[in-house]
Amino acid sequence: MAKPKSATPAWSVKLHHLFKQQGIRQVSFVPDAGHASLIKLCEADRDMRAVRLTTEEEGVALAVGAWLGGEKSVLLMQSSGVGNCINMLSMLSVCQVPLPMLVTMRGDWAEFNPWQVPMGRGSKGVLEEMGVLVNRADREEDIVPLAEGALRLAYNTLRPTALLIGQRLLGAKTFKD
Amino acid sequence: MAAKSKSPALDRRKVVTALLADRGDLLVVAGLGAPAWDATAAGDHPLSFPLWGGMGGAASIGLGLALAQPKRRVLVLTGDGEMLMGLGSLATIGVQRPRNLSVVVLDNEHYGETGMQPSHTRFGTDLAGVAKACGFVSASKVTTLTEVVRLRGEIHKAGGPLFAQIKISPDKLPLVLPPRDGTELKNRFREALLGAQAHHQR
Repeated sequence: MAKPKSATPAWSVKLHHLFKQQGIRQVSFVPDAGHASLIKLCEADRDMRAVRLTTEEEGVALAVGAWLGGEKSVLLMQSSGVGNCINMLSMLSVCQVPLPMLVTMRGDWAEFNPWQVPMGRGSKGVLEEMGVLVNRADREEDIVPLAEGALRLAYNTLRPTALLIGQRLLGAKTFKD
Repeated sequence: MAAKSKSPALDRRKVVTALLADRGDLLVVAGLGAPAWDATAAGDHPLSFPLWGGMGGAASIGLGLALAQPKRRVLVLTGDGEMLMGLGSLATIGVQRPRNLSVVVLDNEHYGETGMQPSHTRFGTDLAGVAKACGFVSASKVTTLTEVVRLRGEIHKAGGPLFAQIKISPDKLPLVLPPRDGTELKNRFREALLGAQAHHQR
């Protein structure tokens, strides 16, 4: 089984740059190991507000408030958090509020925990059913271009978008560290 | 468990009218159901964002707005049932501590839109206590109109985040509905707040 990657991956640095370039001001998250480096970079950035959530649906509502106030946000979460957002996602399509979401996958490649599998399998379908445009990155070199696409698509067309980041490129959690 | 609270007394429409008196440039988010009708009864306004859904999200919307507009005052008006569904958002607000955010719960101790089933607050759940424990600078329980008028003054001053739980009567009042097109509500709010930039943000 693959070892989780612990050093700051280059793509996290590039995603942080992308957020700055796109004028993202609020970065909300429920932590996931795959997002750990990106969260640290956003927390250290004085031009961004990193908002730790108790549940992912808060991030959807936060994005509505941010956009009402003229600020762009992104929501970072693990695939298990997708289910927590379902009803709140209604607001994004009803009100045409843009929100890009970066979702690190659990429950797929080399998953260790059987309880992660159902929501991981369901994430794409659930998001699409709720009107979110979904892409998926399974190679490291695809993350940043697809994330840029998700951000631009959301803010140019006023709708929710999601990029699922595959577990194989993140490294599966082993519970051995 | 037996019901603990005494019968609440204040008229919700009088409370909300007092809270929104001379609202100036106050930004308002009204939670779904009766609080949205109350805010509308006090006067439909482009800088009010009444919700028709997103239960549990009102305080988080207020947070995103308060962070985006630190120079403006933001008031979230919501019900006890809606607040109970988003209790975690009080912890999230307590960490961010926006000085310009007030969360006011109109607590009739019931789910008024679904058949008046008692809510947790009917059995003593102390929402103001939860807010205080989450780090709100001020969190009070309000039972008189005099206190409501004082609260209206505090909402317009910095020094939050502020929380108030106002005990109101569970009467069903005539519906005063806001516009129901969410995109229109969002667009008019952004236009009133941001001006022409609202239509050209990239």
